Parts: sequence; structure tokens; C-alpha cells
Amino acid sequence: MWTEWTIAIRLLREGRVQSLLIIVGIAVGVAVIVFITALISGLQANTIRRTLGTQAHVRVEPPDEVNRIAPAAPGVVQLVLEDRRAQRLRSIRDWQQVRDTLERLPGVVAVSPIVSGPAFARRGSARNSIALIGADPARYVRVVPIHENLIAGAFRVGAGDATIGRGLADELGVRVGDKIRIDAGEGATAVVNVAGIFELGVRELDERYVFVDLKQAQSLLDLPGGVTVIDVTVEEIFGAADIAARISRLTGLKAESWMQTNSQLLNALSAQSLSAAMIGFFVAVSVAFAIASVLSISVVQHTREIGILRAMGATQPTMLRVFLLQGAVFGLLGSTAGVLLGLALLLAFDTFGPRLFEVPVEPGLLFAAIALATLTGTVSAAVPARRAARLDPVAAIRYV
Amino acid sequence: MSDVQDESVLRLVGLRKSYGVGTPVETEVLHGIDLTLGRRDFAALVGPSGSGKSTLLNLIGLLDRPTSGELYLLGRPTRDLDDAARTALRASAIGFVFQFHHLIEGFTALENVLMPLMLARGRPDAATVAWARELLESVGLGGFADRRPGELSGGQQQRVAVARALVTRPALLLADEPTGNLDTRSAQGVFELFRRFNAELGCAVLLVTHDPRLAEACDRTISLVDGRIVSDSPNRRLVSPRSP
Ligand SMILES: Nc1ncnc2c1ncn2[C@@H]1O[C@H](COP(=O)(O)OP(=O)(O)OP(=O)(O)O)[C@@H](O)[C@H]1O
Ligand SMILES: [Mg+2]
Repeated sequence: MWTEWTIAIRLLREGRVQSLLIIVGIAVGVAVIVFITALISGLQANTIRRTLGTQAHVRVEPPDEVNRIAPAAPGVVQLVLEDRRAQRLRSIRDWQQVRDTLERLPGVVAVSPIVSGPAFARRGSARNSIALIGADPARYVRVVPIHENLIAGAFRVGAGDATIGRGLADELGVRVGDKIRIDAGEGATAVVNVAGIFELGVRELDERYVFVDLKQAQSLLDLPGGVTVIDVTVEEIFGAADIAARISRLTGLKAESWMQTNSQLLNALSAQSLSAAMIGFFVAVSVAFAIASVLSISVVQHTREIGILRAMGATQPTMLRVFLLQGAVFGLLGSTAGVLLGLALLLAFDTFGPRLFEVPVEPGLLFAAIALATLTGTVSAAVPARRAARLDPVAAIRYV
Repeated sequence: MSDVQDESVLRLVGLRKSYGVGTPVETEVLHGIDLTLGRRDFAALVGPSGSGKSTLLNLIGLLDRPTSGELYLLGRPTRDLDDAARTALRASAIGFVFQFHHLIEGFTALENVLMPLMLARGRPDAATVAWARELLESVGLGGFADRRPGELSGGQQQRVAVARALVTRPALLLADEPTGNLDTRSAQGVFELFRRFNAELGCAVLLVTHDPRLAEACDRTISLVDGRIVSDSPNRRLVSPRSP
């Protein structure tokens, strides 16, 4: 193999400009692939992180209430005119037991029962519609990290304390320490003290979420001892759908994963991944053709040398290896340069770009790119290498 | 190589070669060549242009295959050898010198000389390199080992090519108009190398030449006309002083 290497390298050095051009071409192609792949995966990771930053991985609710229709007697045709039932606020039955079951499920990291229902928040003559949430902060922060998104005060509930979103605080003109009145209808009202203000960055949530103690929410919403939702955090986010299905089967409750809730988003993300993969594929294909054509030219240029080498005892497999190695060297050098170029682009993007998100650079991707490009180079060299190996030595020597 | 009983390096039996086999323009170029070359023979192959000298040399060098007939190299029949076996036999038994020196660009003179051994055995060891240097020295190019082909004159390149052909200590040296491209003095120099290596290394030489004086200086002259050997005789002038 040493001799093949030596000949391959010398031939490449002979055609210096040609070799350099193709290596630059490969480098640009690989840089594009590295940059796009890293950008897309960074963008997607960021999108998913943001989405899951404000919602539970799995949301467990009581099953929808449906009308019970008495079965028809045999041989009787039954016509049913059904008026679908309004879904009232109701508690999950035996929720303590459900909670304990969920906590023991493999893959489940956190379980947070909450009671949530509609209400109004009032201060003076201002009145805003809110989502009243009774939660245990210690559990809830493992679903949505409210405590990491506070802009004032603390995430504290109980003893008349409440934590509200920034949008609502602005609407009502309150600051930490001010009081607001919560009106859940039918005469259920309470005055609470604003203990903390959070900003999740999602307008809907920042304008509507009001956290109070579980007990207080239960009494305001007239669900003593009940919870309406159990939020679940799972370990592997893309396993959420499976876990939701499992929960549903196990408890008979309605369990919806974030993947179902955000199916549009997931579709968009996979379309994005697909287009990135397509770009990568076509760039790789054109790089492969470029390598093949450069080596084909090189075979023609070195016809006489090939003939002489054959006359001096080079076998067909030797000539084959010489040109395959040239393809591999192109791939290796080109992709190494390309990876460096891609890294530079990513660094520039992280430094001077929109800075909306950080693009992570995974060494695995870089090594994979180099390995794949080297392989591509070798495979692309196959056709010219076979031509070189099959050259008739007599004709090759006479070639001028 | 020396374990072969046969005293001949080369034996051709009814060798024929046609070009364009299977096409309407099929033409036979060699019409049944019978020829034997001894182990220390120094023979000139002469003949008018187009008579088939290069064709014959390519067949002998196992670069090409005869249409029919048999070719024994070192007593071994070669017709049924596959490409790998032919290449191996060629690499060990034959040295080539072509009309155009045909060194490989990108390699120094020394590396060019080493090339046949590198192809056969891989990275050369110190003894091999020393042997190649010795050969370069003996063709008068000891100081040019690290020059590239482009930095050598035509005659120097041809002498490098001679050293390269001899580096494997071949039993048979084939030269196709090795001096055709050189001025008289360089041609004489290269020819003397052949003579010396024939005597010192004991390799048989088959030399194609258009130069009657060079042919005269060989021990034997084989004439090829229109693909047939028309005469094959020792050159009296040089035979007498050499015979014991
Ligand atoms: N590849 C080929 N295809 C067809 N015909 C060929 C081929 N090579 C040689 N010939 C023909 O074979 C004949 C012998 O050619 P060859 O090259 O052996 O002659 P030569 O004796 O070496 O001539 P010269 O002294 O000019 O080198 C010529 O008529 C030539 O046209
Ligand atoms: Mg010729």
C-alpha cells in the first residue's frame, strides 16, 4: 500500500492546481452541509425547547362526558337524535391514586396535579379574564419552570399569595405586594396578594395565568378536594406520545402529549429536516460527480505514466488503488477544510447573527462529515480508477 | 530463475499477431515468428518501419498477447497466464527501455530507478536504495539522484531509464529504439551501458534499432520484414574476439 500511496500523492501534487480546485469545491460543499445541518438542528432544538418551556409533555384530563344511549332491543331499528353534552369543569376521580401511579411509571420525571378553571381578576374598575391555576409550586416548577422566569418577587402561593404573569400585571397596573381580587363567579371571590410576576414570553400565558394555592383554587372553582389536570414531565421528550398512550390505557383518562398538541409544529420541523437532508444529498452528489470528473481527466492526463507503471510491474489492482486513494485524499482534505470552514461560518453566525439562538456544534457531526466525504471520494473514484486499471499498456505507452 | 534447465531466456514458436481481430480491418502483422534468445545474447532487431518490431517487442514483454503461437519466457509457457501472473513475470524477468525515456514526472531520478522494486516490494530498504544509487552511479548520473526528469537532458533521462530497467536484475532487457531520440554521442553512451550490463549482470539484450552501426556492434542481427524473420545471423566482426 505504501507504493500506491506514494504514487497517488505524487500524481495529486503533479496536478496541483487541479487538485486544489477540487479540494476547495469539496470544502465548500461540506461546509454548506455542516452549516445547514447544525443550523437546522439548533433551530429545531430551540423551537422545541421554547415550546416545551411553557407546557407539559403530557396533560392528563378526565375523559369527555358523553351521553349514555340505551342499547336497542334485538331486531329494533333505533334512531338517535343526540344533543352533545357541555363539558363542565370536573375533577379527576381518585387523583391521588392516579398521581402515585404516574409517578411510578418508567420514563416519567415529574407529576403535577393542578386545578384550573376560568375566572376574572379585578382591581379597581379593571377586569381581566384569567385562567386560575391551583398548584403545588414544588411540583409545578418541574413542569413549567416559573421560578426561572420571574421578573419580580417569588413563585409563592398559599396564605393569600398569588403569582401572576407580566401581561396581567401591566393590564391591572400592579406590582409585587399589591392586591387583586379574583372572581370565579357565583359569588366565589377572594382577595390575593401579588407575590411574584413571571414572564414566559408567550403572550397568552403572561396575560392569563394566575397561580394560587391548590386549596384556594379548589374552593374558588367549587371543586373541593379535586384536581382537573395532571401535568406530566417525561424523560425522553419524543417518547411522550408513547407514554401518553400508556397512561390512557392504564387509567382510562384522557392523556394528550405535546406531540399531539403541536402536531403542526412537528410537521413543519420534519419538513425542514427533510429539506435540509435533500440539500445535503444533492450537494454530496454534485461533489461526487466533480471528484469523478476530475479523476477521469487525471487518468487521461496520466495515460502514459499508467502505461509505464504497468510495464514496470504495476498490476491492475495497484492502479485501481492508486486512483481510489486519490479520491479518498480529495474527500479527506476537502472535508477537513470544509468542516473548518463550516465551523467558522457557525462561529460567525453565533457571534454576528441574529443571536436568537445558539447553534451547538457537535463533534460527532464533524467526524461523520469527514468520514462520509472520504467514503464518497473513494466511491466516486471507482469509475475513473477502473478505467485506469483497464488501460491497455501498449496503447498507453504509445499515447502522447 | 537459474533453476530453469532451459538455456534460453526466450523462445517463440509460431507467434502470430493480428490487429483489429473481429473487425473488417483485421490485419495480421506478425506471420509466425520462431526465435530463440540465449541467456547472454546481445541481439539487434532491425527492419523497415512498419515491419512489426515494436509489436514483437510488446509481445515478448508480455504487454500484449499473441493471436496464436506460444511464447516461453525462462522456459515457462505464457499463453495461459492471467494478467496478475503476466505482470509478476514481467516485473521479475524483464526490463524495458522505450524510445522516449518515459520517466515518471513527480518522482526524482532515484525514485524512478526504484519504481519497479517499489511496485514489487513496497517501501525500499536501505540496501535497495544503495543498489539503485550504484546503478545511477554506473550510468554516470551519481550526482543527479535528486533531480526531477524535467531537470535532466534527453540523454540523461534515457540513462536513468536504463538504470530503471536493470534495477530488478532482469534476465532480459528489451529496448525499443532506445537511442532513436538521442544525438550520436549520447546514443553511443547508452549503447555502451547495454554492452556493459550484458557482460557484468549477464542479462540478455534485445535491441530494436534503425542505426546500422549500432546493429553492427551487437553480437547478432535479426531482420524482420513484413512480419517475417528474413535473416538471423551472428555478426562476425564482434563474435571472433569474444569467443574463447
Ligand atoms: N494498435 C494497432 N492497431 C492496428 N494496427 C497496428 C497497431 N499497432 C501497430 N499496427 C500496425 O502494425 C504494423 C507494425 O507496427 P509496429 O509498430 O510493430 O512497426 P515497427 O516495426 O515498430 O515500425 P517503426 O520502425 O516505425 O517503429 C504497422 O503496419 C502498424 O500500422
Ligand atoms: Mg516501432
